[in-house]
Amino acid sequence: MLRIFRFYVEGFRSMTVGKTLWAIILIKLFIMFAILKVFFFPDFLGPLGSPSDKEEYVAGELIDRAAEAEE
Amino acid sequence: MIENIDISLIGWSRAQFALTAIYHWLFVPLTLGLGVVQAVMETIYYKTGDEFWKKTAQFWMKLFGINFAIGVATGLILEFEFGANWSNYSWFVGDIFGAPLAVEGIVAFFMEATFIAVMFFGWGKVSRGFHLASTWLTIVGATISAFWILVANAWMQHPVGMAFNPDTVRNEMVSFWEVALSPVAVNKFFHAVLSGWIVGAAFVVGVASWFLLRKREAKFALASIKIGAAFGLLACLLSAWTGDGSAHQVAQRQPMKLAAMEGLYEGRKGAGLVGIGVLASGKQYNDGSDPFIFKVEIPKMLSFFAERNLNAYVPGITNLLEGGYTQRDGTPALSAQEKISRGKLAIQALARYRTAESDSLRQQARAALDENFRYFGYGYIRHPADLIPPVGLTFYAFRVMVLLGGFLLLLFAATCYLSYRGRFAAKRWLQWVCLASIFLAIIAGQAGWVVAEVGRQPWAIQDILPTSAAISKLPASSVRLTFFIFLTLFTVLLIAELKIMLSAIKKGPEIG
Repeated sequence: MLRIFRFYVEGFRSMTVGKTLWAIILIKLFIMFAILKVFFFPDFLGPLGSPSDKEEYVAGELIDRAAEAEE
Repeated sequence: MIENIDISLIGWSRAQFALTAIYHWLFVPLTLGLGVVQAVMETIYYKTGDEFWKKTAQFWMKLFGINFAIGVATGLILEFEFGANWSNYSWFVGDIFGAPLAVEGIVAFFMEATFIAVMFFGWGKVSRGFHLASTWLTIVGATISAFWILVANAWMQHPVGMAFNPDTVRNEMVSFWEVALSPVAVNKFFHAVLSGWIVGAAFVVGVASWFLLRKREAKFALASIKIGAAFGLLACLLSAWTGDGSAHQVAQRQPMKLAAMEGLYEGRKGAGLVGIGVLASGKQYNDGSDPFIFKVEIPKMLSFFAERNLNAYVPGITNLLEGGYTQRDGTPALSAQEKISRGKLAIQALARYRTAESDSLRQQARAALDENFRYFGYGYIRHPADLIPPVGLTFYAFRVMVLLGGFLLLLFAATCYLSYRGRFAAKRWLQWVCLASIFLAIIAGQAGWVVAEVGRQPWAIQDILPTSAAISKLPASSVRLTFFIFLTLFTVLLIAELKIMLSAIKKGPEIG
């Protein structure tokens, strides 16, 4: 395990272009998970709670949307 | 009182998804294609022990790494969008969509992530054989990863291996293998991966040509061009083959998409394939006017591609909407209006099933639902004309893909011939063409996806769920806002990638 750990540490240390890339990856992941996911892309059905509530909601949506199409 | 879905919400949600997918697909094909080229080069190093090939492989590996790092996780944004913008769809597809994505995450991604570390950090620290194996396993992992994503996409184009459960309002997988090995999935996988190989080959040949144009690293550039062009030629030939398979699949499963790809309104026997053409604007499916201003057609070829028979009947858009023509199985085709009626029966049966107060009523409703479920999505369609995808975009995107594919095949053939004959270095005009062809290969791949995805509108899942029913009831303004956030974020990331990539290219392979 220690050898594998050292393998990764030495690999990261010896990176040249990679350091900039890692900075970009980390910034990108931060924006994606800490900003976009939290503030802009919450799980729409998440607040409904239990699976049965979600089933009920989606069933209602699917049935009502067909009625909308007839209006 | 039902709050109607804002039509612009569908448009913005689709635009946002398309933007994310297009951006993601800038990186994926280069990963798939460049990965194979660098692995071939490392294999030559392993066989010969020649340091030149090690340096050559390392140079392309560095560019592979830059592309991989910028592109990694951009596909996850699509999953955010499924949960937020397409929640009805996400619930409705259930484990069918989740299973391939889970396999992708557990097996392929971890395989890719494990071996990529050895590939980049392992030079001189592990044996040459182990390093080579890691390089190949990285690209095999990336390709398997693509397979599972394409399985999920193929299921949306041709839903199989599932049963709808009206209690959970979800589709449940009844046959994993039917989903994973559906003919649409298998063909889509090969066609999409091969398009990635073409992008990778064009990238190698183009960048290497740039070195020749700058009169730098001639040995490295010519060696890379030989491998890149041969690989590109092979990929183009195989891609033409899988493209033929793809057209046949579309004819069998998505005839409306095929009709839109060809601008074919009135079906006929011995239908010709439009080589080039200009569509007339304002064409209505039932106005009887000529859909083309001009066209050049290859006689009977569409019938052959669609049915493997030069004289076979191929239905057009009008026929598909009006029905009545004889299908392959000898039965008369339903009209769109009849399908819409059957779809409404299915949805009404779902409503009755969920409110039934006795088992017998529930069983009756279930039987009606099962009988009509294959038309479920038609119950959301207001007018038959809403079943027509954007014909212009589908038609032109298809021609862009095919013509660029044909051009790249000729380019790789010529480059291959001249480079193996030792005459490529003197052809500066061809080197410029090769450089420009990097972008043409990317455009061809994107155009292919436009055909696949725009051509299947209005469906999120073919025949079962249209986008209007798949979408979450969100304010259109919030989706519009995130569209522009993504546009900004993606542009910044793309500029960052291009800067780092160009800097690495300019530095060169540093071969003595």
